[in-house]
Amino acid sequence: MSAARDGRALRGAVLAVLGIGVIGPIIAGLALTARAAFGLLPAIGSTEAGLAPWAQLLALPGIATSVKVTLFTGLGSTALSLTLALAIAAGLRDRLARGGAARLLTPLLAVPHAALAIGLAFVLAPSGWIARVLAPLLGLVRPPDIALVGDPWGVALLLGLTIKETPFLLLMILSALTQIPLRQQLAAGQSLGYGRAAVWLKIIVPQLWPLIRLPVMVVLAYGLSTVDMGLILGPSTPPVLAVALTRLFFSPDTAALLPASAGALAQVALVLAAFGLVLATERAIRGLGLAWIRRGGRGRGIALAARIVAAGGRALLALGLLAMLALVVWSLAWRWPWPAALPQSWSLKAWTGAGPGLGRALAASLWLAVATTSLSLALAIAWLEGEDRARLGRAGWAQGLIYLPLLVPQIAFLYGLNVLFLRLGLSGGYAAVIWAQSLFVFPYVMIALSDPWRALDPRLSRAAASLGAGPWRRLFTVKLPVLLMPILTAAAIGVAVSVAQYLPTLFIGAGRIATLTTEAVTLSSASDRRVTGVYASLQAGLPLAGYGAALMIPALVHRNRRGLKGARS
Amino acid sequence: MSLVLDTVALSLGGHALFAPLSLTIAPGEIATVMGPSGVGKSTLLDAIAGHLAPAFTMSGRVTLDGRELRALPAEARRIGLVFQDPVLFPHLSVGDNLAFGLSRRVTGRAARRAAVDAALEQAGLAGFYHRDPASLSGGQRSRAALMRSLLADPSALLLDEPFSKLDTGLRDEIRAFTFAHLRERAIPALMVTHDPADAAAAGGAAISLEVPGRG
Amino acid sequence: MRLSTLAGLFAALIASPTVANDWQDTLDAARGQTVYWNAWGGDARTNAFIAWVGAQTEALYGVSVRQVKLTDTAEAVTRVISEKAAGRDADGSVDMIWINGPNFLAMKEHGLLHGPFVGNLPNARFLDLAPGSANTVDFTVPVDGMECPWRLAKFVFSYDTARVDAPPATMADFVPWAAAHPGRMTHPDPSNFIGATFLKQALVELAPDPAVLLEPATDATFEETTAPLWAWYDALKPNLWRGGAAYPENESVQQQLMNDGEVDIAMYFDPAATAAAITQGLLPETARVFVPEGGTIGNVSFVAIPYNAAHKAGAQVVANFLIDPATQAHMQNIEVLGSFSVLAPDKLDAEARAAFDALPTAPALPRLEDLGPTRLEPHPSWMTRLTDAWSARYTR
Repeated sequence: MSAARDGRALRGAVLAVLGIGVIGPIIAGLALTARAAFGLLPAIGSTEAGLAPWAQLLALPGIATSVKVTLFTGLGSTALSLTLALAIAAGLRDRLARGGAARLLTPLLAVPHAALAIGLAFVLAPSGWIARVLAPLLGLVRPPDIALVGDPWGVALLLGLTIKETPFLLLMILSALTQIPLRQQLAAGQSLGYGRAAVWLKIIVPQLWPLIRLPVMVVLAYGLSTVDMGLILGPSTPPVLAVALTRLFFSPDTAALLPASAGALAQVALVLAAFGLVLATERAIRGLGLAWIRRGGRGRGIALAARIVAAGGRALLALGLLAMLALVVWSLAWRWPWPAALPQSWSLKAWTGAGPGLGRALAASLWLAVATTSLSLALAIAWLEGEDRARLGRAGWAQGLIYLPLLVPQIAFLYGLNVLFLRLGLSGGYAAVIWAQSLFVFPYVMIALSDPWRALDPRLSRAAASLGAGPWRRLFTVKLPVLLMPILTAAAIGVAVSVAQYLPTLFIGAGRIATLTTEAVTLSSASDRRVTGVYASLQAGLPLAGYGAALMIPALVHRNRRGLKGARS
Repeated sequence: MSLVLDTVALSLGGHALFAPLSLTIAPGEIATVMGPSGVGKSTLLDAIAGHLAPAFTMSGRVTLDGRELRALPAEARRIGLVFQDPVLFPHLSVGDNLAFGLSRRVTGRAARRAAVDAALEQAGLAGFYHRDPASLSGGQRSRAALMRSLLADPSALLLDEPFSKLDTGLRDEIRAFTFAHLRERAIPALMVTHDPADAAAAGGAAISLEVPGRG
Repeated sequence: MRLSTLAGLFAALIASPTVANDWQDTLDAARGQTVYWNAWGGDARTNAFIAWVGAQTEALYGVSVRQVKLTDTAEAVTRVISEKAAGRDADGSVDMIWINGPNFLAMKEHGLLHGPFVGNLPNARFLDLAPGSANTVDFTVPVDGMECPWRLAKFVFSYDTARVDAPPATMADFVPWAAAHPGRMTHPDPSNFIGATFLKQALVELAPDPAVLLEPATDATFEETTAPLWAWYDALKPNLWRGGAAYPENESVQQQLMNDGEVDIAMYFDPAATAAAITQGLLPETARVFVPEGGTIGNVSFVAIPYNAAHKAGAQVVANFLIDPATQAHMQNIEVLGSFSVLAPDKLDAEARAAFDALPTAPALPRLEDLGPTRLEPHPSWMTRLTDAWSARYTR
């Protein structure tokens, strides 16, 4: 049938774009990194293949501790955020509450990792906001000399990652729930005498897991390879692996590029091993869980546990919001020394003194966000519509390809990718940066859009076809308008991801394209919290405006359409 | 001007769903298909309308007014669909839902608006053009959905348990409304139902699908 | 005979090109170019100064400057290396780098620099370029005209007079001071330039024979020379902030720790940094500079041009503008940057000298004579070995 052929062609086109634009460059980038990892980097005169870079990597002081802390923070934060997100989702009674929760989460979704980390460091530090409020009560004259941030085990980093990832996982869970007849199943379970939390654990979570496995993997890969959060909240001697590798990549000693490349490959191996661990855990839990379900315990006791976990989760999210508030307050402060709980003097100098650089960075961020998000949305819609027309379901292998950029640590392929772009003569321009950013924006847009798209009532499209509407008219007059809300939500996520991109913008833009994020990270090396506050507020503000638009536009356009209220992702 | 099924059979993974079916539905006739759950009644409607999932294979011929349908995409078959739930587009007003269905052959803004208004009046929905479909009652929605299908000027109509979700009083009213319009316009219709009362009221051929080999 | 004279003449022509004509060619080629100046972007005042330089060169020579803000100078080095790896030997993305020490050595060794070009700059006549002068060696590595000096740097400490009565008087004195004030002192991580300089400063003072520091380090000299340093550090470390288990990432983070009251001492490679931080509200009004007796390490900040720079002429015009006496006087103004000039006072005319003499002062700005003598930077190999040895000894 021609529609099916159409659909295959559409999907094929997207696949071709992905292959040429995403998979190829990543593999090429990885290949260059791999060559350097085995001693081949002619640019610095290293032409002899061998295992020396690996020996150098292993001889790096504290490398074993680095790996240990990396695993602890990456796995720990992922497990914790998943638990918290599930507990919070289970505690939300109805669709309205879930919509409200999603709205409350948007600031935390919008704020880039680095900005949140800076705010959080100020809130938690021994000389930080909490300590300043407590200082008069405890009679503290000087900040206590305790490692509350940058502690050797990386607990602060673990908390920071958890605060940032819980809202993301929660959003993914709420989105996946639209595909599960939650209310009926809860009612059925409860009518059999199971507690609400027990129904969630025994009935809902097993159905949810396949739908959120991929986002969990993305969170895991991020947690294991974070540079900016690791730098700000993590331990320093030795730091987490990704930070140690970044130091090597940017060491004055150019020969350090070789062990750095070896380390980048080790980072990939670490992420793969963690994925293996997740899948093994999944198997084990499936077996044990089934036995647990068959025992038929009504599990009323876990209700309390679930409530406590959810409360803990809400407390952590509140801490995250406090960190963002701290940044805003700092951006308006002039002097704010220990132990004042509020600034001694206020000033707008941080805002007004930033000069035209701020405006240029804002414009660059905005323009990149619009370009990458439009491109990614177009690709995502083409892919999903192609699936519909070809009547094909989710293809696992295709999903793997789409999400590849999020699953492979950035540091492992960005250096090689940059060399590739340079060879093609593409580096340093907007086109190259749009491309590089889209590698990461597109998968997030897909994650956000595919569940609501697939949950769309297929009868709408059929009814339109039976009324004589062809595939394009069905797409533009029925599907896209009905999906306006999730499409705009996906766009808002795309904007947030684009605005937050640091390494790709820096590497591929040859440092010439200054965005809010590249400026914020550069200025944060100056540790002026007031200036950082300005940039971080804007960094969070731009995507926040995107989320605001995602909520406002459908509310306006569909103000008289009750059937679409709450038909959000 | 009739819908003809000629030894139509459906199979999933090599297993036939029901014995091959042959049936001719005359203009204005309402044929009914009954049978146990899972025998493939809805799948049969999907196949005729052009929405068959790729896992199924179909054999036999379906012709409408002498046109062979199998090669045509759904939107070109001119076959209307009425679902169990009245599937109105939630983003369009009631009137715009009807306008979406109205055949392209009616041209000109004023003429199209007049046609929609006339249909609304026939459905007892006069003055409802700008209403949100979500604000209609169940019966009003069913009538609007049927009117939308009829405005597309279909050559045949398929109804998938169209009245099963309505309460008894409303069911008789909507059934009468639907059948009257079908007969008036001489449209051949095929209805899937569980309700013997539907079949009796339809008065056309009544087919009972059986799982092959089980008699 | 005639041939050798000719050859000699020819060689002389190459060696000292007729500056005026060539410089006019450079100015003509530079007009309309945009120079991408890769410079550490962590200091708002330096960023503002670079923006000012761009506005001036744009007006005077039609050369605009765009600062590519780095978090670490090595980023620019890595960028040039990746361009070389990709075979992009012309039209590179980096036109000029604020550079010195190990980064300069790395680029020079790998042939990644353009030049020599300093001799061609008309304003080079204001520099003391006599062999062995501070402008001709960078961390003991001969500059050979491959980078142009633009600001002086000297290692200094800062402390809050409201909290500290007497700061340590020598590097050796840090040990008893820290023992008396446990947890009130730290230094940036030695992977950072300032953190490494803190160790070097101690090494210069504690080394049995400081002369060996000017030669490349060998296993033997390194072991012997650093032995007192490690003994000193082992005694210091337990009383550092966080018991020496964590270190601030760079000097700005340490400054923030001092402002937050977590530590009492900060350190910089810029004598004006304390005064500048006070005017920016980043340090209390009571902060002051101190230097250990015997003086501190000093060096010169340079700008260099990569071999594949797209806008070499423009970069030279900017470099020349940087060492213009008026530019240097503007830069030395504490209200602008406060960095000491690299020009030789005896080469300036009376008017230029008067401009320097008229510069304003600030309470926290030390006078040049308060800073003591300048100790020479050790050879770069010492810094590399020192940071490696430090992390091998103290990273677990």
